[in-house]
Amino acid sequence: MAEHTGDVEIVPCPDGPVLVRGSFAIVGATGPSVDRGRPTVALCRCGLSQRKPFCDGTHRITGFRTDDEPTPLS
Amino acid sequence: MHLPPSRGAVSAALASCLLHGDEPDALNDLVEAALVLVDDLIADDDIQISLFMLYELHYGGFDDVDDALEWNPDLLRARARIEARLEEQLRSAVSVTEHPLPTVDAVAGALFRMTAPTAGPGFSRHVAKKADEQQLRELLLHRSIYQLKEADPHTWAIPRLRGVPKAALVEVQCDEYGNGRPELMHSALFAQTMRGLGLNDDYGHYVDQLPAVTLASLNTMSMFGLHRRLRGAIAGHLAAIEMTSSIPNRLYGDGFRRLGHDSATTLYFDEHVEADAVHEQIAGRDLAGALAAASPELLDDILFGAASCLLLDELTAQHLLSAWRNGESSLRQAERSRGTTRTRAPGHYHG
Ligand code: FES
Repeated sequence: MAEHTGDVEIVPCPDGPVLVRGSFAIVGATGPSVDRGRPTVALCRCGLSQRKPFCDGTHRITGFRTDDEPTPLS
Repeated sequence: MHLPPSRGAVSAALASCLLHGDEPDALNDLVEAALVLVDDLIADDDIQISLFMLYELHYGGFDDVDDALEWNPDLLRARARIEARLEEQLRSAVSVTEHPLPTVDAVAGALFRMTAPTAGPGFSRHVAKKADEQQLRELLLHRSIYQLKEADPHTWAIPRLRGVPKAALVEVQCDEYGNGRPELMHSALFAQTMRGLGLNDDYGHYVDQLPAVTLASLNTMSMFGLHRRLRGAIAGHLAAIEMTSSIPNRLYGDGFRRLGHDSATTLYFDEHVEADAVHEQIAGRDLAGALAAASPELLDDILFGAASCLLLDELTAQHLLSAWRNGESSLRQAERSRGTTRTRAPGHYHG
């Protein structure tokens, strides 16, 4: 799929990662930027992925919950 | 690929029609008779190889079969008869315990619960910890019949969807097809894994060795994908595939690494860990969830499609594990006795 130009969409998935699609770069805090691998990525927010910054599905083993976060405006 | 060998009366009659242009009248009589006699279509070699042949006419076809036969009405009639029974069997065999409202969150949540990782020893843990080289080869052979054309059965659904679900399916499929880079197509990565184990990566090369249950998994996807009526089922099926992929693929990769296979060989599995953590969200929410929200009448089929995927995965895993526990090959006996695959003495496996 062609990369989006301009807009970036960030989707906090219930009990899961943050999906990011659009035109963006993941920049290492101290080193080179991270190869995102694909146009839309899932960033870990449970803290337990073994492939950070990406989600690797571990949140489903540990039962990560996001119940108490505010629902974003749609 | 060439038409594979037949496995009984129905597939023999079908092969005559496909190879020699025989009239399909006798075929339809044989199908009707077989469907009366056969109890479990999923386990029936003759029926499943026949269905595989009929569906393959719509994919890559066969080198030795006339392409025009894809739309032969009598062959389509035979296919429809088999499909009706397969669908009936699947609908009565699956258990759907989730009854979500037709909203994105509720449907995605239900699908995530249906596909939740289970604790304890399972198939992928066996692969990670215990499988030997021959078992890894067998695993790749079973998978190859779908993975060498990975994503194709679900692609049939694209023109049958609109709006958000369509965009979601296209987004997932773009990734499956390498985002414009053929060498990164998931089917190409799988071929690379097969070559890493010295296996032939031509589509269908090993089909004669695959038991009915393995073919039934692919045939079910083809049935869901090729019928617009079943677009809910193919959407649910894809969601279930994606939602049961990241963690098992990590474990499969571990199994191949444990036996010393290089990173080119394990790339297919490694790629799926990250890719499917993305895809499961898109397929669960924007494909299946949004489809149910837009067309609530499809909700039951979305859950049915997901449950069918899980059922067939479970049956396939049981088949492989029980063969391996008995120290046997999970491939078909007929093929093994012809010596076309490496076999080992009974008792070799300790899984
Ligand atoms: S959010 Fe998926 S592994 Fe952390």
